[in-house]
Amino acid sequence: MKHANVFLKIFVHLFLIIMSLLCLLPFVMILSVSLTSETGIQANGYSLIPSEFSLEAYQYIFRNPTEVISAYGTTTFVTVVGTLVSVLIMAMLAYPMSRSDFKLKNGLSFFVYFTMLFSGGLVPMYILVTKYLGLKDNILALFLPILISGWNTMLLRMFMASVPVSLIEAANLEGASEFRIFFTIVIPLSKVGIVTIALFQVLTFWNDWYQAMLYIDHGDMTTLQYMLYRVLNKVNLAKEYGGMMATQEKLPNENLRMALCVVAAGPMLVIFPFFQKYFSKGITVGGVKG
Amino acid sequence: MAKTNLTVQNKPAKKKGLSLNARKSLQLGVLTIPGVIWFLVFSYIPMAGAVIAFKDYKPKRGIWGSEWVGFDNFEFLFSSNDAGRLVFNTVFHNFISIFLVAFVAVAIAVFMDLVDKRIYVKTYQTMLFLPRFISWVVVGFIGTILFHYEHGILNQVVAFFGGEAVSWYLTPKYWWFIIPAFGVWKTMGYTSLVYYGTIMGIDTQIFESAEIDGANTWGKIRHITLPLLRPTIIIMSLMSVGSIMRADFGLFYYVPNNSGSLYSVTDVLDTYIFRALRGAGDMTSSAAAGLFQSVVGLIMVVTCNTIVKKFESESALF
Repeated sequence: MKHANVFLKIFVHLFLIIMSLLCLLPFVMILSVSLTSETGIQANGYSLIPSEFSLEAYQYIFRNPTEVISAYGTTTFVTVVGTLVSVLIMAMLAYPMSRSDFKLKNGLSFFVYFTMLFSGGLVPMYILVTKYLGLKDNILALFLPILISGWNTMLLRMFMASVPVSLIEAANLEGASEFRIFFTIVIPLSKVGIVTIALFQVLTFWNDWYQAMLYIDHGDMTTLQYMLYRVLNKVNLAKEYGGMMATQEKLPNENLRMALCVVAAGPMLVIFPFFQKYFSKGITVGGVKG
Repeated sequence: MAKTNLTVQNKPAKKKGLSLNARKSLQLGVLTIPGVIWFLVFSYIPMAGAVIAFKDYKPKRGIWGSEWVGFDNFEFLFSSNDAGRLVFNTVFHNFISIFLVAFVAVAIAVFMDLVDKRIYVKTYQTMLFLPRFISWVVVGFIGTILFHYEHGILNQVVAFFGGEAVSWYLTPKYWWFIIPAFGVWKTMGYTSLVYYGTIMGIDTQIFESAEIDGANTWGKIRHITLPLLRPTIIIMSLMSVGSIMRADFGLFYYVPNNSGSLYSVTDVLDTYIFRALRGAGDMTSSAAAGLFQSVVGLIMVVTCNTIVKKFESESALF
């Protein structure tokens, strides 16, 4: 609907600009604080533009890169392996569910759907992973417990249901196995859906801190988000037990904290906007009916 | 050549018909195996493990070996002062954010529809989407930029107007507003996309004929866009009501920086369960709280689905 009058147009743009800035400015702030010298922060507080420009925080990271590099390694591994494996498994599960002639279709859908309605809760999951599977401090614990998403499986099923049945029937008549049909017809034709789900998964694995918080006690398996969590937590501890203690304990400098944030979250913020059309697609397809 | 091939192939295909189907079903079944195993192990086994809520769990004896204690764990949980506050905080914050998110997201979508240049729409959407791409931990850092006592933006603003600096992380009352604000901030961009998609799907002829009848922009919004958005708004909201007992852990843990002084406002079932599990609390009342959450959640989802069915049966979940 267009053709609004001028005043309304100004109002609409003003509203949207304010909302957009509310979303954008916090990131500018993080970047700005990370580029301000520590003395500048102490003197002038945080600001939208660095009050005293300095690269000291980033220089520090590059001089002591071990932890950041190791966290990058763990996060990248978890994200890449987790995404590839999970998308493959979910696609393999979604395809039979999308076939109306598959007898177990409804049973299978309910089997997946029920996990979205009811869960055993955190405690049994924790006991299962740590005690029965013995995955404490194991890199598998960082993605195995959250590998599959019922929601994303259902979304994939919807994408796959739009593959023309006639193509599958034709392949059937030519004697192709279901495996061949799946890999050579269904996957290529649901490329948009698969890319969409893969992006959701990348985001899930890259941004996950919960698994590390639950299952990792020793530092050598730190992910980026967990590294950030520990930095935040240290600051928090100092604050909890009296502001006086903050000066005694060695806290990471404020610009360094924000620089770590930029290093950890930056890539997603730069890369993902380019894939936005896929996100929009996934949301509008799955938003109302899951 | 082609013709003979066809006739030759047709016959065995017909004969094989049934056995082919069984084989095909088997092949389809094989494809589902890894996924089914994952759901069995990581969803269904923990569901069975939820019986721990009725046991006096001793790690040495395992879940099955531990003694049954009936509803003792629930009694313990609900007789403590925590339970009421936890449930209230969880439900209250969720309710507020359901309304706020719906309101703000619809406003954004409706306004976005009034923007006539595609490039502006894209730009706004890109910016509104940014919060979706970061983790709650990073949002926690954004929180410290705003609420830091000495250097924070909010206290700079307060000082500018001559006020006295506020200890944001130690003063619960502000968090009734801060929590929902961050919740809306993180979700409004992509929720508005759902509504925007619905508006895009409205037949333009409806608007055109309304214009011929002399409707102005506000009239069109009020009498066409909003009524047509209503089913989507109701369904989206009811779906959120289904998870009213589940709080977004990251929002309640990182944004208030897990500050103990704020628990009266920010402590919810999910943060309580986590602390009980990983901190000093006891595992069994944590398990009881978790099961309570799941059972109420299930009841809410089924109820809401029944209601959705009445509004618009096509949009019901099951």
